[in-house]
Amino acid sequence: MSQATDTTVREDGVIESVSGPVVTATDLDAKMNDVVYVGEDGLMGEVIEIEGNLTTIQVYEETSAVAPGEPVEGTGSPLSVDLGPGMLDSIYDGVQRPLDVLEDKMGSAFLDRGVDAPGIDLEKTWEFTPEVEEGEAVEAGDIVGSVPETPSIDHKVMVPPGYEGGEVVSIEPGDFTVEETVAELDTGEEIQMRQEWPVRQARPTEDKQTPTEPLTSGQRILDGLFPLAKGGTAAIPGPFGSGKTVAQQSLAKFADADIVVYIGCGERGNEMTEVIDDFPDLPDPQTGNALMARTCLIANTSNMPVAARESCVYTGITIAEHYRDMGYDVALMADSTSRWAEAMREISSRLEEMPGEEGYPAYLAARLSQFYERAGYFDNVNGTEGSISAIGAVSPPGGDFSEPVTQNTLRIVKTFWALDSDLAEKRHFPAINWDDSYSLYRDQLDPWFVENVAEDWPEQRQWAIDILDEDGELQEVVQLVGKDALPEDQQLTLEVARFIKEAWLQQNALHDVDRYCPPEKTYRILGAIQSFNDEATDALNAGVPIDEITGIDAVPRLNRIGTTPDDEVDEFVDELEADIEEQLRSLY
Amino acid sequence: MKEYQTITEISGPLVHVETDEPIGYDEIVEIETGDGQTRRGQVLDTASGHVAIQVFEGTEGIDTDSSVRFLGETMKMPVTEDLLGRVLDGSGNPIDSGPDIVPDERRDIVGAAINPYSREYPEDFIQTGVSAIDGMNTLVRGQKLPIFSGSGLPHNDLALQIARQASVPEEEGEGGDDEDTEFAVIFGAMGITAEEANEFMDDFERTGALERSVVFMNLADDPAVERTVTPRLALTTAEYLAFDKGYHVLVILTDMTNYCEALRQIGAAREEVPGRRGYPGYMYTDLAQLYERAGRVKGQEGSITQIPILTMPSDDITHPIPDLTGYITEGQILVDRGLNSQGIQPPIDPLPSLSRLMDDGIGEGLTRGDHGGVSDQLYAAYAEGEDLRDLVNIVGREALSERDNNYLDFAEEFEEQFVQQGYDTSRDIDETLDIGWDLLSMLPKPELNRIDEENIEEHYREDVEAEVAAD
Ligand SMILES: Nc1ncnc2c1ncn2[C@@H]1O[C@H](COP(=O)(O)OP(=O)(O)OP(=O)(O)O)[C@@H](O)[C@H]1O
Ligand SMILES: [Mg+2]
Repeated sequence: MSQATDTTVREDGVIESVSGPVVTATDLDAKMNDVVYVGEDGLMGEVIEIEGNLTTIQVYEETSAVAPGEPVEGTGSPLSVDLGPGMLDSIYDGVQRPLDVLEDKMGSAFLDRGVDAPGIDLEKTWEFTPEVEEGEAVEAGDIVGSVPETPSIDHKVMVPPGYEGGEVVSIEPGDFTVEETVAELDTGEEIQMRQEWPVRQARPTEDKQTPTEPLTSGQRILDGLFPLAKGGTAAIPGPFGSGKTVAQQSLAKFADADIVVYIGCGERGNEMTEVIDDFPDLPDPQTGNALMARTCLIANTSNMPVAARESCVYTGITIAEHYRDMGYDVALMADSTSRWAEAMREISSRLEEMPGEEGYPAYLAARLSQFYERAGYFDNVNGTEGSISAIGAVSPPGGDFSEPVTQNTLRIVKTFWALDSDLAEKRHFPAINWDDSYSLYRDQLDPWFVENVAEDWPEQRQWAIDILDEDGELQEVVQLVGKDALPEDQQLTLEVARFIKEAWLQQNALHDVDRYCPPEKTYRILGAIQSFNDEATDALNAGVPIDEITGIDAVPRLNRIGTTPDDEVDEFVDELEADIEEQLRSLY
Repeated sequence: MKEYQTITEISGPLVHVETDEPIGYDEIVEIETGDGQTRRGQVLDTASGHVAIQVFEGTEGIDTDSSVRFLGETMKMPVTEDLLGRVLDGSGNPIDSGPDIVPDERRDIVGAAINPYSREYPEDFIQTGVSAIDGMNTLVRGQKLPIFSGSGLPHNDLALQIARQASVPEEEGEGGDDEDTEFAVIFGAMGITAEEANEFMDDFERTGALERSVVFMNLADDPAVERTVTPRLALTTAEYLAFDKGYHVLVILTDMTNYCEALRQIGAAREEVPGRRGYPGYMYTDLAQLYERAGRVKGQEGSITQIPILTMPSDDITHPIPDLTGYITEGQILVDRGLNSQGIQPPIDPLPSLSRLMDDGIGEGLTRGDHGGVSDQLYAAYAEGEDLRDLVNIVGREALSERDNNYLDFAEEFEEQFVQQGYDTSRDIDETLDIGWDLLSMLPKPELNRIDEENIEEHYREDVEAEVAAD
C-alpha cells in the first residue's frame, strides 16, 4: 500500500473500544476513509464512521490483545495504492502490501502484525524512455514516457490526474527509481513514475463506449454461446465445487487481455499458491511470454483479516484502472464477490447499522454497482482507449440464486454464467447451464466473429441452441418413456445434442490441450457435429436405422477434437468429416 | 493483575464486567465463584470501563459477587512434543493420569494466517486404502477434506480407517521406524458422546496409534462454549508439530456441527443480527480460520492434513454448516444414507464427493498414468447409471436400450465392487485402479471417451465385455 507521506504532527486519538475488526477512538483528528495506525503495534486501519468525537475504524490486521487507552495515529490521507511499474508479477494482500516482502520482513511463513511495506519497490530503477519532447504541452493524464515493466508490458508514465499541466521543461531518458522526477513542467510540477490514488474513487476518464470487441476466452461455451465483451461485466454464480475458481483461472490464463488483475477475495490460500506456481511457467497465448508478466495478484484469503477483504476489490480495480489509462485492455477477476459482500455485512453489523435483506447492509446494491461501473470500454483522458472487463464469482449460500448478492449482481452485469451443481456432479465441466446463462453482448459482438472467425458464426450458434432446446424438451419425455420409444429423427437429435454437450460444451481445464480453445477451433468442432447431423439426417431419410447411423466408428472421434493440438485440428476435422460422410453414405 | 467484583450482567454464556483499567480484546479471564470454583473465559468486546466476557465452562454458579481476574494475555496452548500420547480435555488440561506437561513454548491459539506466498502447493498423494477416496477423490498431504455425514452414519469408522491406513507410498519401501515417528494424529472432539469417544480411544489404543496422537476431548456433556476453543488448541498443537518439529500431522475434528451450534449460541446471547438459519453472519470467516490452518509451507518438512467431520442436519447439504464448510475446504467426502442401508462399507457416494487437489497429486510418476482418465470415466459412467435408475422404476429394464442396460449393470457393480470394501481392507492404488478397469471393461470401448487411447489399449479387458454381452 501507499506509504503515508504526510509528516505533519497530529494529535493522537485514544482507543475507546475494541470488537473484532472494529475499533472506536476518541479525540482523533481524521477524515472519512483516512488511514490510521491503531494501538501500540500500529495496526493499519481506515476510518469508516465519524460521530462527534467518536471515530470508528476498521482494522486491517488481527486485533487480539489491543486494549482501550492505546493510541491511534492519523495519517491524514485516504486508503490509497501506489501506482507505478512493478505491480505486474506481484502478489499483494488486500491493502497492497507485497506478500513476498512481508515474508521477508517478518522472517516467517505466518503473517505477523504491524508490518508495512510499499506497494512498489522504491529502490529499483527502471529504464525510462520519453515519449514527449521538451517544449511540448501536456495535461493531466497524458503519457510522457514509458518503461519496460515486464517482457510483455511497457508501463506508461502519465501526468497524474489533478495536475494543472503545462509545457515540459525537462525530460530525459535514463534509469530512475519510481520516486525520482522524470519530467518537469513549466508550472513547477514534477512527474514521477509513482502515483498514489485513493482506492474508493474511480480514476477519471473521458467517456464510456459501447463495447464491440469480444474478450475471447479460449473457452468454447463462453466464446460460442455467452461471449464477454472487452469492457464488459460478467458474473459466475454457483454452489461450492461447481467450478467458479477454475473458470476464473482459465480466463486469467487464456483471455486475450493485455493485463490481468486477479483478486482472490476471501477464498483459499492454496488456490493463490497454485496461481503463483503455475503462472510463471505458463505462456500467455498472445505474446508467448510467461503469464505472470501480465498479471497482478491480490490475495486476501479467507483467514486473513476481514476488513482487508472488504478493501481488496477496490485495491484491484484501482490498479486495473491505472493500466486502462495507459491504453491497455485489462481483465479483472474477483473470486469471490460474495466474500466481499459478507465482509461488508460483518463490519456493518459491528457498527450496528440497520440491516437490510439477510443482514446485508442497505448499501450492498450501491457498492456492487459502483464496483461494476468502474468496468467498461473507455476513451481515456489522454486520448487512448482502454478497457476493464470485470468478472465476479458469486458464492450463493446453498447454491440458491435468489439471495441478495446474486440478485443485486444480476441487475448490473450483462453476462451471466450460471453454474449448476447437477452438471458439476456429473463432471460436465465447465458446469455452465446453457439454459439459464446469457450474454447481452452477443449481438453486438457477432460482427467481430463474422469478420474474424467465420461468416456463419451466428447461424451455426443458433443451430446449436435450437438442438439444445429441443434436446431439453425431449429429455423430459425420455425420463418418462425411455429413449427407444421416441421416433428415430428425435433419437438422432438426442445423439447430436449429446455430442454438442460432450464434444463442444464440455472442456477439460486440466488437459494440456483442451484447456485453451481458440475461436477457430470452437467453430470447427461445432461444424463437425453439424455436418454429422446433416449427413445422418440424409441417411435417416434414406431409410437407414438410427442404430446403424450412430454406430459408425468415425463418430466417437468427435469427442477427440478438443484434445487435438491446435495445429492439427484442421487436418483432423477434415478427415473426420470425410470419414463420416463416407461411412454414412455407404449405408444406403 | 487486578481483581474485580463488578459483574453487572450475566446472560447465557456472557458476563459483563465494569473495569477501571484497559483490558485487551481476546484476553483470557478467570472467574471465581462463591464456592471457590474457577471458570475461564475470553474477552469478546472491550471498551473503556466495560468488557463482555464469554465464559467457556458455563456461567452456572456465577453471580455478581464472583470475582473476575484478567490475566493480561490472550489464550495460549502449551506445546511440546511430549504431548504425543496424551489425552486432554477440551480446554487443554490433561485428563489421563500422565505426568505434568512441561511446555516447550506457549502459543497463541488464534493462529496467524499463513502467508499465501509462503505456502507450498500440496501434491503428495496419501494412500488411504479406501478405493472411493484414492481412486476418485484422492487426498494429498496438506489438504483439508471434510467428511459430510448424517446422524447415525458410520463416519467415525471411515475416519478411523483413514487414520489407520493412511500412508505415503514412496516412503513405504524405505520402511524404517523414523517414517512412522514423523506421522502424528491430532484428534479434536467437540460435543461427541462418551460412546463415540470410547470408540475412538479403543481404536487408538488397540492399534497403538495413541502414542503418536494428541487427543482433545470435549464431550456432549462438557460446556458448549468450550467447543469454540478446542479446535484452536488442536490446530495450534498441529502447527507446532508440523512446522516446528517436522511431523506430517493428520487432524481429525469431530463434530463440526457441534462447534457451529456453540457459535450460534454465543451469537444469540450477544443479540447479534443472525445470518442464515440463525447462525452468525461471520461463521464463514470463523470456520475459515480453522480450516485454513492446514497445508504445507515452503522450506518446511511437515504438513497439516485436516479431516473435519460434520453431520448434516436432516442430511441437507445446503444447510449452512456443510455449505460454508464446502466453500472453504478443498472438496468433501459424502457418506450416504442410501448406500449405508444397502450395506455398502464405507458408504461413500462418489458423485457429490470431490477432491479439488486430486489433479496435481495423481498421474504418471505419482500414482499411475491412467488414474485421471479412469476416475473421470468411472464418474461419468456411474452418474449415467444412477440417472437411469429413476427411469427403470417407471418403464422397466426391457424398455431400455442395450446401452442403458449396460450402464445400469455398471452402476450396480460399481457400488458392490469398487465402493464396497469393508473397514478393515486396505487396497493399494494399483488394486483400486485395476478394479476400476474391471468395471469399465463392462462398457464397450468407444464409450470410454474420457481416457486416452493408449491407456485403453493397455488396460481394457476385452474378455469382460464379452462376458457381459453373453449374459
Ligand atoms: N473446466 C473444468 N475442467 C475440469 N475440471 C473442472 C473444471 N471446472 C471445475 N472442475 C473441477 O471442479 C472442482 C471445483 O472447481 P472450483 O474449485 O472452481 O469450484 P468453485 O465453484 O470455485 O468452488 P468454491 O465456491 O468452493 O470455491 C475443481 O477442483 C475441478 O476438479
Ligand atoms: Mg472457488
